[in-house]
Amino acid sequence: MTAQRKMESAIRVHRSGPLALLQDRGRFGVRHLGVTQGGPADLYSWAWANYLAGNPWGTASLEITFGGLQLVAERDLDIALAGADLGATLDGQPVPLWQRITWKEGQKLAFASPVSGLRAYLSVRGGFAAEPVMGSVATVGREQLGGFDGWGSKLADGDRLAIYTPEGKAVAGMTKAPDHARKDFRESPVLELLPGAQIGEFTGRSLYDAFNTWWRVDDRADRMGVRLLGPKLQCRIRSLISEGINLGGVQVPPDGQPIALLNDRQTIGGYPRLGALSPLSASRLAQCLPGQEVRLRARGSGPVLDEYRDFLGNFRP
Amino acid sequence: MTGNPATALPRLESAGLDGWMVRLFEEIDEANLPWITALARQCEAAFADALVDLVPSYTTLLVVFDPVRLSPSEARQKLAGLLVALEPDEHMGTGQIHELPTFYDPSVGPDLDRVAEHTGMTVAEVIDCHSRKTYRVFALGFAPGFAFMGLTDPRLECPRLDTPRKKVPVGSVAIAARQTAAYPTATPGGWNLLGRTSARLFDREREGFSLLRVGDEVRFVSVSREEFERQGGDTTPMEATG
Repeated sequence: MTAQRKMESAIRVHRSGPLALLQDRGRFGVRHLGVTQGGPADLYSWAWANYLAGNPWGTASLEITFGGLQLVAERDLDIALAGADLGATLDGQPVPLWQRITWKEGQKLAFASPVSGLRAYLSVRGGFAAEPVMGSVATVGREQLGGFDGWGSKLADGDRLAIYTPEGKAVAGMTKAPDHARKDFRESPVLELLPGAQIGEFTGRSLYDAFNTWWRVDDRADRMGVRLLGPKLQCRIRSLISEGINLGGVQVPPDGQPIALLNDRQTIGGYPRLGALSPLSASRLAQCLPGQEVRLRARGSGPVLDEYRDFLGNFRP
Repeated sequence: MTGNPATALPRLESAGLDGWMVRLFEEIDEANLPWITALARQCEAAFADALVDLVPSYTTLLVVFDPVRLSPSEARQKLAGLLVALEPDEHMGTGQIHELPTFYDPSVGPDLDRVAEHTGMTVAEVIDCHSRKTYRVFALGFAPGFAFMGLTDPRLECPRLDTPRKKVPVGSVAIAARQTAAYPTATPGGWNLLGRTSARLFDREREGFSLLRVGDEVRFVSVSREEFERQGGDTTPMEATG
């Protein structure tokens, strides 16, 4: 049990920055109670950060959005940073991403602002230590669940963050991600969408537009969902009786501008949907900055399933 | 059921790589629930470790599974098998019956007067009309433990507020359209507030966490200010709660 594992204070928060959240895989088995899933918005980078730090699947990491965070190590730590390049430095020297490095006692790890992508993942060997709430430490501020204090609070200047004392050998021998696995989030991505039941209710013109437009990511984008700006999509159904919404669901409210729903979305909703993004495309979208352009491509589940299983196969037992 | 196979119910609809939406009904009806709760229980048994989450709602059940253990087509086959033999839970379901002690008063139910005016009833009639009926929980959502219940008496039908309140106090009992709810936590909200319940609707320390589940039956029992306070209710007036 995690509660019995040895833990120690390891990191001091020098500056808390705009948004840094503790995230494990997420909160599952409670969505029927209206509790959202939480977890890393970019599962891909989160998984790599943990793996490279030598942690097993599911270990809690810090999701750092935009930058601004400054942390000081209180002892030597093995860490890995993956995901967005937020201009991170260790005592002023650029930090290599997508590989295991040593963060020495007293060194300051500082995140600046986005160079590529939006969310960086910091994994510490052993994993951040916090008491799970409803089975998870995933932080959801709106629901006052998870995080270091259990109540979904943001980090504050001066906080001291505990980690579990690493035991035994690192899970992964690999300490550096291969080149092909490192993402450059500046490229405009093509997001894979599995069509859903209401797709036939959109007009022909709107379906053409949906898949042949460079959609612009709106600044109304957060861990609940990302709004896309472009041609107005028209659906013969304006609203549905509320029903469960899965990760990556792309709903279209009456204003015709799609919203892709991410980890902290409400559990039920009533707008018609084009379908759902693949899990890895939802992760990719979570790295897009406002103003960036994305395209949607309709895919069948076969190839998408193969890719997702290949990805998980690297990390999950 | 007969008709066009593409529109016949129940129907299985793709909800992404790891989900199927089981569409059982077209319309909101309390009689839907024993079917939905029965299917949810059968999914728990049939999917076992491959089950990730189940989200029952008014007319549907969203089934989320682990796509490593099951492919979408394997999951679909399982669901199709369950649907062929599906029988509703007996006695309108296996849900529990809850009585929520409720203090109906303008101090904690600031929309009572307006609802009375809108419906052409007196405040006393509004309270009687709301507390007389036994409701069903159709869905949980919006916030942890927030239960959408209905249907209310048609005379109580009332639109949402034009502008939602920034903060609705914990326990607030509310109506909108032909549904009713009680707020488990202080959240923004656009429903019409009639009173406040002392019941603890969501408790992270309690087994099961949420007092109310889809399919449960709920009655609001009108109690005096004294009784409400005795049960731990907070009588801080709405305007003083920030």
